[in-house]
Amino acid sequence: MSVRAGIVLFPGSNCEQDCARALGSLGAETRIVWHQEKELSDVDIVVLPGGFAHGDYLRTGALARFSPIMEAVCAHARSGGLVIGICNGFQILCEAGLLPGALRRNVNLKFLCKWTSAYVDNSTTPFTSRAGAGRSLRLPINHFEGNWYCEAAELEDLRASGRLVLRYAENPNGSLGDVAGVCNEDFNVLGLMPHPERACEALLGSEDGAVLLGSMLDHVGAGIRSVPV
Amino acid sequence: MTTAQAVYRELGLTDDEHDAIIERLGRVPSYTELAMFSVMWSEHCSYKSSRVELASLPTEGERVLVGPGEGAGIIEVEPGVAVAWKIESHNHPSFVEPGNGAATGVGGIVRDVLSMGARPIALLDSLRFGPLEDAGTRFLLEGVVSGISSYGNSIGVPTVGGECLFEDCYRQNPLVNVACLGVIEERVMRGRADNPGDALVLFGSATGRDGIGGASVLASAEFGDDAAAKRPSVQVGDPFTEKLLIEVALELVNRGLVTGLQDLGAGGLSCPVAEMASKSGTGMELDADIVHLREPGMEPFEIMISESQERMLATVTPERLDEVLEVCARWGLMASVPGRVTSTGRITVVAGGQEIAGVPAPALADEAPVYHRPSVRPPWAGPLQFSPSGETAPESLEEALLALLASPGIASKEWVWEQYDHMIGLGTIEGPGGDAAVIRLPGRRCAVALSVDGPGRYCQLDPYEGARLAVAEAARNVACTGARPAAVTNCLNLGSPERSEVMWQLSEIVRGIKDACLYLETPVTGGNVSFYNETSGRSIYPTPVIGMLGILEEASMAVGPALGRDGDVILLLGKTDGNDFGGSEYAQVFAGALGGRPPRLDLASEKALHAVLVRGAASGRLASAHDPSAGGVAVALTEAALAGGRGFRLSHPGTGSWRWLFSESPGRAVVSCRRDEAPTVEGLARELGVEARHLGTVCGDQLDFGPFKLSLERAREGHRNGFTSRLSTAAALRE
Ligand SMILES: [Mg+2]
Repeated sequence: MSVRAGIVLFPGSNCEQDCARALGSLGAETRIVWHQEKELSDVDIVVLPGGFAHGDYLRTGALARFSPIMEAVCAHARSGGLVIGICNGFQILCEAGLLPGALRRNVNLKFLCKWTSAYVDNSTTPFTSRAGAGRSLRLPINHFEGNWYCEAAELEDLRASGRLVLRYAENPNGSLGDVAGVCNEDFNVLGLMPHPERACEALLGSEDGAVLLGSMLDHVGAGIRSVPV
Repeated sequence: MTTAQAVYRELGLTDDEHDAIIERLGRVPSYTELAMFSVMWSEHCSYKSSRVELASLPTEGERVLVGPGEGAGIIEVEPGVAVAWKIESHNHPSFVEPGNGAATGVGGIVRDVLSMGARPIALLDSLRFGPLEDAGTRFLLEGVVSGISSYGNSIGVPTVGGECLFEDCYRQNPLVNVACLGVIEERVMRGRADNPGDALVLFGSATGRDGIGGASVLASAEFGDDAAAKRPSVQVGDPFTEKLLIEVALELVNRGLVTGLQDLGAGGLSCPVAEMASKSGTGMELDADIVHLREPGMEPFEIMISESQERMLATVTPERLDEVLEVCARWGLMASVPGRVTSTGRITVVAGGQEIAGVPAPALADEAPVYHRPSVRPPWAGPLQFSPSGETAPESLEEALLALLASPGIASKEWVWEQYDHMIGLGTIEGPGGDAAVIRLPGRRCAVALSVDGPGRYCQLDPYEGARLAVAEAARNVACTGARPAAVTNCLNLGSPERSEVMWQLSEIVRGIKDACLYLETPVTGGNVSFYNETSGRSIYPTPVIGMLGILEEASMAVGPALGRDGDVILLLGKTDGNDFGGSEYAQVFAGALGGRPPRLDLASEKALHAVLVRGAASGRLASAHDPSAGGVAVALTEAALAGGRGFRLSHPGTGSWRWLFSESPGRAVVSCRRDEAPTVEGLARELGVEARHLGTVCGDQLDFGPFKLSLERAREGHRNGFTSRLSTAAALRE
């Protein structure tokens, strides 16, 4: 039985098909979930893809968190299910309070689409188990608002508890502590600015995205296999 | 001046054109009719000054499924796989309001491609501005780039390549040419209205007052000092509606729910109504009161010529109408059904129960006056070719190379393309910064390579030679990736057609494109002409931008510019003529002069070179390929080294000669391959009659030319900072 991923489509999302293809190529079954749906009980993994949900006219991610599907996303997270928010999806998870901190405009006040290197600082999470600790991943970023920050005291807590999972080798956007990806307290929700779905094929420049997405599939797969029939 | 005269002149019509309308109608036109004629007969929509010349371009070829005259050309990539490819200018709107002007340029070309039933999957931009150090340039550049970025990124179509060049002549007339590639999903759609009785469905944004008269006022006249006063003519784009429009249009086409489809661009609603009916020999009946509007109180003439963005018109059989409206509603897109196709051959518009326009469709769509405008070689053309071409020996080869690397024409444009999402869609095999972008088609192994090139300086020196060089360079760029050059879309940017020298430039350029495209077997599948790129009587260099599309059967065999492995052999394919400095970057940087003749192009050698590159890539033997263009072979080698993060050691007698290093002879490529495969590559070149010379070896982190060397790091710094350091200067000056 393959792992089932639900990819939430907000009006203005635009990376949902790429996520579906990348996860599909790793063996997952995928379903695009319209933001007005209310049910996610049929999926193992929830993906909030990149894009510009609701046009982001107010503040990035601010409107999307009121979409009907978000209640189901929160319930999925509460029950221990895996949730990954990529780029705009990360912003939505912060707005929804599932992840700490917030994302501001890049320091250079420009949209940035480029390759970056990010270190895996905690390889014991369901999202990073395929990476050895300290491994550097080549992943592209693509955002205007990826400059993550939080209160100084909180930053220390997050670091001490291993929740600052991904760290840029060269900070591209001003993000506090070079943070590229952060987990919730239970390590079942990850938000990250780099796009792993764009890096699952050598021909496109990197296969390192498959390390993150594949780790999730491993984690869920192990769970599925361990359930007695 | 009579009142009537004041009205039609305000709309951009001449006295003669007004007389011609009266003759066609047999009466004085109504105001609404005048408005419709003014946009449809504008230079922008009717090509009245360029039509005669354009007719000579070669448009047919085995792979051409649809040629010029539709939303976009359609090219067969392999059996059962076809793409749409088209370029258009949005120069004038981008000068008046850079952000919105450029954004709506992207939106417009995307809809052109969409109207053919193709999903847009890649964008490229060819941009020209005044000197980079100018504060005005920074304002325009930032506006244009952010317009393209915000629109293209939001609709989820990657911007994968292009060019961005700077020249004094574009100071008051920036060029924003946008090209779009689409892939046909189910069927090729046409802008036709074949079946009387079909309903007209207008879907997308509501019609508002923006862009009234954009085609006639903005795009079809030169600027004086009143550019700001024309701001209301620039349309406002909404990328989120465009994204919905893409999904709706494709669902309608793919499910076979529509019989005809066309986008609304220049000329507004009048354009598809007239063109679709005229093409099919049918008519259309329209009630302006039914069109969904953004604001109340719009006059019928405004409704007919408004250039509000993100709208399309479809013809639909009555049985499928409900399904079509259901699709629009499901995506949350507005739609109205303002009329139907008739068999009268006339376009009839009703408002308030009264017929306010009734015009034969062909009169609007096809019978604009055709101008045989006077064409005379200007007196300065000869002397310009005999003036010095800036060939002076540099004091130091190393310093000369560094200066070239940092020059605005050559320096890295990362600052520009990092603001574009160039990866969405998982198809970008080669992105911006190389010779051509390589885009894998969704769900296929094949790919297309795309390049846009428009050497304005060469064309100013000699428009015929310059146009041939433009085609050759675009084809060479595509061939460097291993793709076979297959089809051309072009955008001819010129001054006012009312000046005889501009018409001469046009005819020379068309002749050059024709000769090169015929020889290289790359038919022209569409394009556009942008006249009136002049301000206060000062015209731009004639700038034909050639959008070349090449075909690569196997995406994974694509070759990039980067030197890949230590120990690889570097070869130079093609001959260097040490006198090719006219219009060169070298002359620009060190003499600040434009003079002489452009580089000499031999099409036979050029074509042979492309064959070597294509066959070499297909055999998997080429590790890299990059053609010397601006800055010559020295710059090409450095760019290849920087792209790969690897140095080289050269042992070639030419490296001590500035003429050999910096000359811009066409028909050449720097390639690298494994040492043991070099003989095979050389053999292939010999077989095809192309000279191949050993230049040296890939190794280390030094660019060791022999007589001089510099570190990779130093070269990278110059190349990377050349652009941004000048931009900062401009900012400082302004503050
Ligand atoms: Mg090139």
